[in-house]
Amino acid sequence: MSYIANTESQRREMLKVCGVRSIHDLFADIPERLRPKSFSLPQGKSEFEAFAHFEKLAGQNYAHLTCFVGGGFYDHFIPAAVDALASRSEFYTAYTPYQPELSQGTLQAIYEYQTGICRLTGLDVANASLYDGGTALYEACQMAIHATGRRKVIMDGGVNPIYRKMIRSYTANLSIEFVETPVTHGLKASKESNDFDSVTGQSDRKRLFEALDDRTAAVLLQNPNFFGVIDDHSDIVKKAHDLGIIAIQSVYPVALSLLKTPAEQGFDIATGEGQSLGIPLSFGGPYLGFMAAKKALVRKMPGRIAARTVDMSGRSGFVLSLQAREQHIRREKATSNICTNEALCALRAHLYLSLLGKEGLKTVAQLCFDKAHYAKERIKAIPYVKVMESSPTFNEFTVKLPIDAGECVGRMVELGFAAGFPLGRYYEGMENYLLVAVTEKRTKYEIGRLAEALEAVVCQ
Amino acid sequence: MPTPTSLKYSKTHEWVKVEGTNASVGITGHAQEALGDITFVELPKVGADVKKDNACCVIESVKAASDINAPLSGKVSEVNESLETAPESVNSDPYGAGWIFKLSNVNSSDAAGLMDAKAYDAFLESDQ
Amino acid sequence: MSIIFEKSVPDRKGVTLPACDVPKTRQIPEIYRRKKDASLCELSELDVVRHFTALSRKNYGVDTNFYPLGSCTMKYNPKITEKIAALEGFSQLHPLLPQLRRGGMLTQGALAVLYELETLLCEILGMDAFTVHPMAGAHGELTGMMLIAAYHRDKGSRKTEILIPDEAHGTNPSSAAIAGFTVRSVPTNTDTGMLDLVALESMIGEQTAGIMMTNPNTLGLFNFQIEKIAALAHQYDAQLYYDGANLNAILGKFRPGDADFDVVHVNLHKTFATPHGGGGPGAGPVGVKKHLEPFLPISRITTRPDNTYALNYDFPKSIGYIAPFYGNFAVCLRAYAYILMQGGQGLIEVSENAVLNANYIMHSLKNDFHVPYLKTCMHECVVSAKNQAEHDIHAIDIAKALIDEGFHPPTVYFPLIVKEAMMIEPTETESKETLDAFIGAMKRIAIAAKETPQALRAAPRTTPVGRLDETKAARDMDVCFLG
Repeated sequence: MSYIANTESQRREMLKVCGVRSIHDLFADIPERLRPKSFSLPQGKSEFEAFAHFEKLAGQNYAHLTCFVGGGFYDHFIPAAVDALASRSEFYTAYTPYQPELSQGTLQAIYEYQTGICRLTGLDVANASLYDGGTALYEACQMAIHATGRRKVIMDGGVNPIYRKMIRSYTANLSIEFVETPVTHGLKASKESNDFDSVTGQSDRKRLFEALDDRTAAVLLQNPNFFGVIDDHSDIVKKAHDLGIIAIQSVYPVALSLLKTPAEQGFDIATGEGQSLGIPLSFGGPYLGFMAAKKALVRKMPGRIAARTVDMSGRSGFVLSLQAREQHIRREKATSNICTNEALCALRAHLYLSLLGKEGLKTVAQLCFDKAHYAKERIKAIPYVKVMESSPTFNEFTVKLPIDAGECVGRMVELGFAAGFPLGRYYEGMENYLLVAVTEKRTKYEIGRLAEALEAVVCQ
Repeated sequence: MPTPTSLKYSKTHEWVKVEGTNASVGITGHAQEALGDITFVELPKVGADVKKDNACCVIESVKAASDINAPLSGKVSEVNESLETAPESVNSDPYGAGWIFKLSNVNSSDAAGLMDAKAYDAFLESDQ
Repeated sequence: MSIIFEKSVPDRKGVTLPACDVPKTRQIPEIYRRKKDASLCELSELDVVRHFTALSRKNYGVDTNFYPLGSCTMKYNPKITEKIAALEGFSQLHPLLPQLRRGGMLTQGALAVLYELETLLCEILGMDAFTVHPMAGAHGELTGMMLIAAYHRDKGSRKTEILIPDEAHGTNPSSAAIAGFTVRSVPTNTDTGMLDLVALESMIGEQTAGIMMTNPNTLGLFNFQIEKIAALAHQYDAQLYYDGANLNAILGKFRPGDADFDVVHVNLHKTFATPHGGGGPGAGPVGVKKHLEPFLPISRITTRPDNTYALNYDFPKSIGYIAPFYGNFAVCLRAYAYILMQGGQGLIEVSENAVLNANYIMHSLKNDFHVPYLKTCMHECVVSAKNQAEHDIHAIDIAKALIDEGFHPPTVYFPLIVKEAMMIEPTETESKETLDAFIGAMKRIAIAAKETPQALRAAPRTTPVGRLDETKAARDMDVCFLG
């Protein structure tokens, strides 16, 4: 399938203007010995053939399983208008808005998106987007390191394990000390009794307060945490601030319509994954890293920021601002290297928040909470199965099974369910524990069927 | 903008006024013009020790962010806080109201390597 | 046009959700609840649709206008790729599925897409292995720098410097610095537009961990000294990095792998036609030679004896996780579809037409504008507004005047080493008529620069807003609507 418009005859005219005989002359600077040793690709397909090929591949994926898997990425309802508006090509075939007069649509949308993130988190300023929740958390870490001049970071064990791995990978070549604190009281005792009931609770204050010191740049917490548990970290933030430490919280944006905000808890920076705001799961991406912070930190924020201003006639307009910190100006002294970010995903998030609105988002969150609670009740009733209830949860909770969780999930797939995420994958010793997520899309019927299937599997 | 004869100048376009063991520092008329409209000055911390020719703070305009070097070694004794709300004074009055920071404990022999107004103007000519 | 929040009407409802079908027996405890609701919009669906439709009409995109931004490769984004990405078998797939027991079997189609893309990229670039995890070009550069760091660390060598040409894109030095390296800038010989080899020879040494190159470089010129540079680098075991931003010029004509590059990145949202989205999402896959393969990020996709695909995490020397999952899958999917539709011959024609289009523009404008390097350019040409300076007209004025002529301006003031630079990259998907219209507009502007410069300085006048006060924006910092 070729998208080239020019005909052979037009090319001949153009070659004349260039003063060469053939197109090959235009590549004369590339010596023969540097030409490709091989360039063997399949023959091009027509649009029709290509689509058939991909329908077949798509059909090989089990996207139809009733989804109870979360882990930070959720199967939420996406209103049709999000797709309809985000697929307007004036939005998606546009470039980064460096020529603001031609990009007022994109720029105003980014400004409004930033505002939405600020209103959700309660903080003062937000940026235009980062790649995903993990890189956003890493960038927040870097902000804290630059702002304090210190090189130690405390990460709570309830922070998404994938994010913790990412942060360590990014900083491997830099001399930063990491301390991880568990989400438990007396892990030792738990190991002896093999009972992680207290593991899936809230952040361990004792261990955190021991770790926080005046060499610490940042403390990273998550709410709800990876186990779905809700917390109020205000006490930890206060202790951090007493020691000059920057407090960072990774959050679930849908939950924020109901939960105590990072701002209310005193956090300096909030980051998170915006996939839940109108972005399809799409096997891992593209996603959306959002970041909001207190006003004093705005100049240390990575990424693009849209600002409102006026033109020469006094008309209101928008531009990308604070670019002096960015890579194309500061180069090796830039605060971050990010260039292309996730603008279209931010647009989708803003569309989602606008379409659902104040009440709509609260309703989604409430449905998630209520349905998750119902699921807990149904699963609790299954013999030999225990639901971790030592702390309140939002829409995700931990279940202890009498068998290996991975094995259980494997058998549940055959019954049509993606029943949950086996925690043993990221937490040693938790092989029998399953993380179950429920969103507003799961019906009472589906939840009931999940419980019945689970009972059948564990009681075999 | 004429180059004041009472001041000394560095090759990185800072001006210095040395008075005994104290000094005031800012950027030159040439520097503010090259940067364009100043949007922000990240002032150094009072009490910080700075080393000669090392970057000690950052000045931002819409199109650039530049390091300001300490023309002499010393300790930051005062910073021009009015620049926080009115960074534009660096553009309108770089040698007066647009001063950036003051140093104490300076070694006046450090100033020996700095240029006088005439030498600085000649330096600007040759650099064009 | 008002901010969407200004349009809210208290109690107006947007999208409806189903009623709760389960008993509500618990509440979130008060101490964990927020005190006040987030003041999000209160609008009807039509209100929102009108607002965003109006916003879209204030935007230029490839679909509306010629967009010759140098080094951005604003080529046409095939609509079929949108339809492919929307297939539910892809869009509804949870990324944790393949991490479940026997979970690989649940996502064979998706794993096939990524594996096949990696294989095709290896052939196109001449490399031994690829990772599609990096979520943007700059992310790919950072990944490449991390791979180089891991390689040297593994060997026990303490190499701390990366050498980068001064004409390089800002993401090069910033990525290297963020990965923990010291960056040194290598000058370009402004007469030839080529890297100053003598300077490079004096700067390279045992401390050099790597050299980053873009070829063709940001001046649009093919660097014919590449073999000498590779030999020099490898003398010191410095790894040679290829920035693939300009790949659209050389598909099927040159492969960095053949020229001894050790690590490369490509921009799927440039060369491989995935949409720019107003600033992303993109993807920046990284390719390596065998000696760097052990360090690639995990997971990697491998094939089993029965030809099924599996996720493999067993790479002890891997740099670890640089993405939460497998990269920007939906972007990779579009690029893979594009490559399959082009085929080998199609990709070659892409570069041939891209280069022809750029040279056609350069030769058509050489009498109106200063062309610093008047020799065959590649997929982009750099012209300068140097000659217009005598009328006090600068590149920015020409850019704004082009807007009134109906064109998105080219990249201005980059590369930094050319005064008043305008970098024009038409891409292969533009027709001769469009190029001729653009050339006509540029010629008119060149005349206006002489005869009516004040009119140019007032441009643009046909857009919803005129030139915006960026100083006021940076000083006021109104980045969140407080109304």
